[in-house]
Amino acid sequence: MKNHRIPQEVNAGSMADIAFLLLIFFLVTTSIENDAGLNRLMPSNDNEAIVDIRERNLFEISINNSDQIMAEEEIINSKILRKKVIAFIDNGGYTLGMDGYCDYCKGDRLLDLSENPDKAIISIKTQRNTSYPVYVAVQNEVIAAYNTLRNRESLRLFNTPYESIYSDYYNEEISDDQKGQLKERLEIIRALYPQKILEPETVNN
Amino acid sequence: MIKFNKYRSSKSLPPVSTASLPDIVFILLFFFMTVTVMKNQNLLVENTLPTATETEKLDKKDRVIEIYVGKPTAEAKANLGDEPRIQMDNKYITVGEVGDYALQALSSMPEHLKSVATVSIKADIGVKMGIIEDLKSELRMVNLLKINYTTYEGAAVDNL
Repeated sequence: MKNHRIPQEVNAGSMADIAFLLLIFFLVTTSIENDAGLNRLMPSNDNEAIVDIRERNLFEISINNSDQIMAEEEIINSKILRKKVIAFIDNGGYTLGMDGYCDYCKGDRLLDLSENPDKAIISIKTQRNTSYPVYVAVQNEVIAAYNTLRNRESLRLFNTPYESIYSDYYNEEISDDQKGQLKERLEIIRALYPQKILEPETVNN
Repeated sequence: MIKFNKYRSSKSLPPVSTASLPDIVFILLFFFMTVTVMKNQNLLVENTLPTATETEKLDKKDRVIEIYVGKPTAEAKANLGDEPRIQMDNKYITVGEVGDYALQALSSMPEHLKSVATVSIKADIGVKMGIIEDLKSELRMVNLLKINYTTYEGAAVDNL
């Protein structure tokens, strides 16, 4: 007798409620983190290497205790910092025919700015009471200046912006062949405008 | 006059079927389950990051050492005061201990990631450069040279 009975259906009416509860739990605990920031490479700790650099090849940015930004011996607004840095790196001061002449530079070729992007060094000095956000903003402007120039060269040489080459390179879905090619391109552009940012130890005075 | 809905008006509307509701909810649930990252650190310091535009993503968590810097949170302020503190491994540490803790974090990483380890400095906007410089020189001492000033995406002029 019992064998003939129809199997009982499980009531699935509360399924939605259970799923909703779980959903709400995950909604509450979720924090979609995607960290991003400014990557920097610090110099290693041996201070043995001393290199002579010409004054014209050094672009000094200092931020004082009251967060004023000084570049090239005058207090400047942060908005024109990027322009000044670009003008400095892209100056290409060597004259035509000289060893190290920068044929891709589009700067004004002034005598008091850098000789060649490869020689251009930017130094960022801070004091102990400088605010961190101001420092980050200055770093950001300097990196932006390099990125602008790299973008320009990348568009000229490969017809693609530097950022897209960079982001494609770190994309895992591309093949090894493409990766090799992208790496080559990245290296070419980086060699044109190498990032040289100095951060001397803070001096208290 | 033409009666358009002569069929419908005579009958009442059939109820909307909710049979697919659990499925929809489940899809949402699975979405949130997959994208969820549970926080593994309890923030003991204030942490509002500055903004920057030229950021690069730090998406691979397995090679990142996180250091938080900021004033103690409101609950801890009564005991600890206003001076910015460094937090690593869920507790406050001093500047001198940063190297030890960073090396400890480094040693727990798999061998092939040790050379690409990045230190993510998550400093609050209220922090001064003094403590950051100290932190950086400690990291240089233990040869951790790849650092990342972790920021939010946004115009850098907002910082000023």
